[in-house]
Amino acid sequence: MDKVLFLFQNTVLNRRCVEAAVMTGLALNCSINKKSLFDRKHYFYADLPAGYQITQQRVPIAVNGSLSYSLCIDNKMSQMVTKTVRIKQIQLEQDSGKSLHDDTRSQTLVDLNRAGVGLMEVVMEPDMCCGEEAAAAVRELQLILQTLGSSQAVMAEGQLRVDANVSVHHPGEPYGVRTEVKNINSIRFLAKAVDYEIQRQIEELENGGTILNETRAFDSKLGCTVPMRDKEGKQDYRFMPEPNLPPLILYDAKSLPANLNHQQVVNIDWIHERLPDLPSVKRAKLVEQYGILPEHSFTLLNEDGLTEFFENVVKQTQMKPKKVIGWILKDLLSYLKQHSLTVKESPVSSFLLADLLNLLEKKEISSTAAKQVLAELWKGEEKTPLEIVKEKKLELIQDQKELEQICQAVIDGQENEVMAIKAGNRKVLNKLIGLVQRETQGRSNPVLVKQLLEKKLSQ
Amino acid sequence: MLRASLREVSGASPPGEPPRRGEGAPRSGVAAAAGRARKVSAALKEGHVTPTELCQRCLSLIKSTKFLNAYITVAEETALKQAEESEKRYRRGQPLSVLDGIPIAVKDNFNTAGIETTCASNMLKGYISPYNATVVQKLLDQGAVLLGKTNLDEFAMGSGSTDGVFGPVRNPWSYSRQYKEKSVPKSHSEDGESNWVITGGSSGGSAAAVSSFTCFAALGSDTGGSTRNPAAHCGVVGLKPTYGLISRHGLIPLVNSMDVPGILTRCVDDAAVVLGSLAGHDPKDSTTVQDNFKPFELPNLTDVSKLSIGIPKEYHAPGLSSEILALWSKAADLFKNAGAKVIEVSLPHTRYSIVCYHVLCAAEVASNMARFDGLEYGHRSDMNKSTESMYAATRREGFNDVVRGRILSGNYFLLKQNYENYFIKAQKVRRLIANDFVKVFGSGVDILLTPTTLSDAVPYMEFIKEDNRTRSAQDDILTQAANMAGLPAINVPTGLSERGLPLGLQFIGQSFQEKQLLTVAKWFEKQVKFPVIQLEVKRHDHGAFQHQKSASFS
Repeated sequence: MDKVLFLFQNTVLNRRCVEAAVMTGLALNCSINKKSLFDRKHYFYADLPAGYQITQQRVPIAVNGSLSYSLCIDNKMSQMVTKTVRIKQIQLEQDSGKSLHDDTRSQTLVDLNRAGVGLMEVVMEPDMCCGEEAAAAVRELQLILQTLGSSQAVMAEGQLRVDANVSVHHPGEPYGVRTEVKNINSIRFLAKAVDYEIQRQIEELENGGTILNETRAFDSKLGCTVPMRDKEGKQDYRFMPEPNLPPLILYDAKSLPANLNHQQVVNIDWIHERLPDLPSVKRAKLVEQYGILPEHSFTLLNEDGLTEFFENVVKQTQMKPKKVIGWILKDLLSYLKQHSLTVKESPVSSFLLADLLNLLEKKEISSTAAKQVLAELWKGEEKTPLEIVKEKKLELIQDQKELEQICQAVIDGQENEVMAIKAGNRKVLNKLIGLVQRETQGRSNPVLVKQLLEKKLSQ
Repeated sequence: MLRASLREVSGASPPGEPPRRGEGAPRSGVAAAAGRARKVSAALKEGHVTPTELCQRCLSLIKSTKFLNAYITVAEETALKQAEESEKRYRRGQPLSVLDGIPIAVKDNFNTAGIETTCASNMLKGYISPYNATVVQKLLDQGAVLLGKTNLDEFAMGSGSTDGVFGPVRNPWSYSRQYKEKSVPKSHSEDGESNWVITGGSSGGSAAAVSSFTCFAALGSDTGGSTRNPAAHCGVVGLKPTYGLISRHGLIPLVNSMDVPGILTRCVDDAAVVLGSLAGHDPKDSTTVQDNFKPFELPNLTDVSKLSIGIPKEYHAPGLSSEILALWSKAADLFKNAGAKVIEVSLPHTRYSIVCYHVLCAAEVASNMARFDGLEYGHRSDMNKSTESMYAATRREGFNDVVRGRILSGNYFLLKQNYENYFIKAQKVRRLIANDFVKVFGSGVDILLTPTTLSDAVPYMEFIKEDNRTRSAQDDILTQAANMAGLPAINVPTGLSERGLPLGLQFIGQSFQEKQLLTVAKWFEKQVKFPVIQLEVKRHDHGAFQHQKSASFS
């Protein structure tokens, strides 16, 4: 109740919001408007306690930018193509409250806690053609926002809200009537909603119908869009300049007056100098530094905390990053996905994994054995890899003499195969190697075994 | 001129002893109440009167003058507590400021924590704000004692203080000897029941409160003249500061781009004191200027030969009474004779200001009132067929005709198809009006001298014959342009009309040049020696006996 009673207070601009908008505008290659204006947009709705929303209708803070994102062709991560979507503008505005409709009791509850909080709206041009593109573009935007610190951008928490405007048209013809799709709570649903709506519109038009310029809600359970109620036809928002907020003036190094420092004003250049590496730059650096593939870098950045995990492992092991990445992306990540865990929740720490990979690298265990150890480590029983190796007797036999004896035993027991090998069929050697492996219960280094066998056979 | 002096304040009892209850005491307490804030402050310091006594006297006076209907809420308990705290500070020799212990009143469109804020509207009946407006907080931080919230036109829309849900405010001068001597009673009523005059508005309650000695200073608001107009009619000083000098945070907005908190006092010096405690940047109000404000003491101007006074010819408005015209002329002569340069100037766009004001005011009102939907606070209609019907019913029931009229017009002006022709046009005209002043001040004029109102206060019965909009259009004409241009302006009580009612004149100054404006106003005030109101009020003693006594305050 108190929050509501404070509503007589005039709105004051939050500096952090302005900085976040400038950072985002710069990251998206926008022109930052050194002077932008605030307006009131009037309409009556229960979640809008003031009866108007403060927004930037006349002159927003940033315009004319672009966002590059990558798409993989054919679902394989092996072929990636870069696309661009133009950014029309970024504007600062106020959030409304949240309406919770209780249909059973025919009532609506209004949560005003977020009313008045600063929002940044990023408006994209209609340059995307399907759900996948929309999803990829938004995903990249999400990563950028998280990198900048402008927003945590978690859709499920409402920190990033996406409304999709969809229309269809025949090639060469002007764009069709668009519908706005709201209530999209994840990137996955975004792709679904867009694709559904495209289909729906195509079917509608092919059946001779027309598309209404309306607002539709995405129903995630049914996987379809439905018309939203409560929104009237055309509204005249009676825009009026917000009298309590003077024009927002931003400075750059050239225009900054001598008597003001960066703490008193927002200096675009100062912010630009301090922008962190954007995802695209980070990826390129990872590829260059570690020799991994570009598609690997996408996966690394896509999973929260995975890059850090990878880099920590690399730091703590002698194994080459090119090899480490396989363990990260195949073994670690697939396990986490299977059990719906985040990187932070991984029972195997980077320290443990590095430890394990070191054993492998030092050839103290085979890679098969390593996978076995990893499987044990997932149980999270606080055992070190070395302990598990000892427990399960997975060490590679280091005693050359012992290995030689076993190899000899195998050779002695496989006369036919030996003859075949000596006759020139080298492939049969693998069978012998396999037998040695079985004898040693996987504890022999196949490379070494091969060497020993070859040596013996050539004698 | 009779003004309470230190001597009179301490006259009724030896220094150090509290005034005795009984016949003598009211005189001294009231005499104290009649004095200037500074003098009283000195008296408080010396212990000749205590904050508690002062507070009690004022509260008692409020009760005796209840028929004026100047107060909507009297915060007796909290005021006495504040007075007690102030007394403790004085005993320790540590008063917070000149205003420590000084009783004040605040117009009921300022948020006051824990005290109802109604804006004289059904829409906000029962609304108790959780916070103090910045200006209220500042006064309390200085130790001022908040007596209560004063009456106004609903949501500050009006020029009579007659259109609030708690009824009209009566001008204390209706009960003055000066008025009674000059008036021909239509009926045989002792206290002029039927021909009492209005206070002007919309800050009529505050003006009446100051005029009737119930407080030393009061806050009003000024959007089109709402502080200066009632100040003129009630014979008190009414200051409209430069837009952006004083925080509007917590002042329920009428027209955000024109509203300012107004200051009402009995002398110019007191206005300067209050201004000093209120002005300055407020981070909670983005429209306040960042510059540091230094409170000032008003010099006693003796030489006006370097002063250039402008007399704008357009302020010789249709309907200006001959009395005021004569007074205005006399005032100009006063300056001339004292050696100042007095020249006629022109503000050519003056005549457009009322129409321009109506468009911009209505548009902002429509916007500011959009928050009153009955959902979160205040009045909510029982109509529950749909949200829209509930809004409509709530707003019809909660707002009076004046407010609804402005909302409807305002929304009309803001419609997409009308915006350019009305709102944008009005803003352009506003720029022209502001430029008129810039040109005149740029040509070497220091201060402008104009009338404040067209005539003295009219009787209520006559006032209500015309509707609010017509009245506002007539009455705002002389005060409105200063709000358009954001300039500081002050009403100084100048003389009495033939009917024995106050007449005031207005000085308009340059942006943020309050010191110069008030210095000139103070000089002028000294020259004209405006008479003290001789209020004749029945005192009602509570208790077994109903003693009806007349005490005259002077």
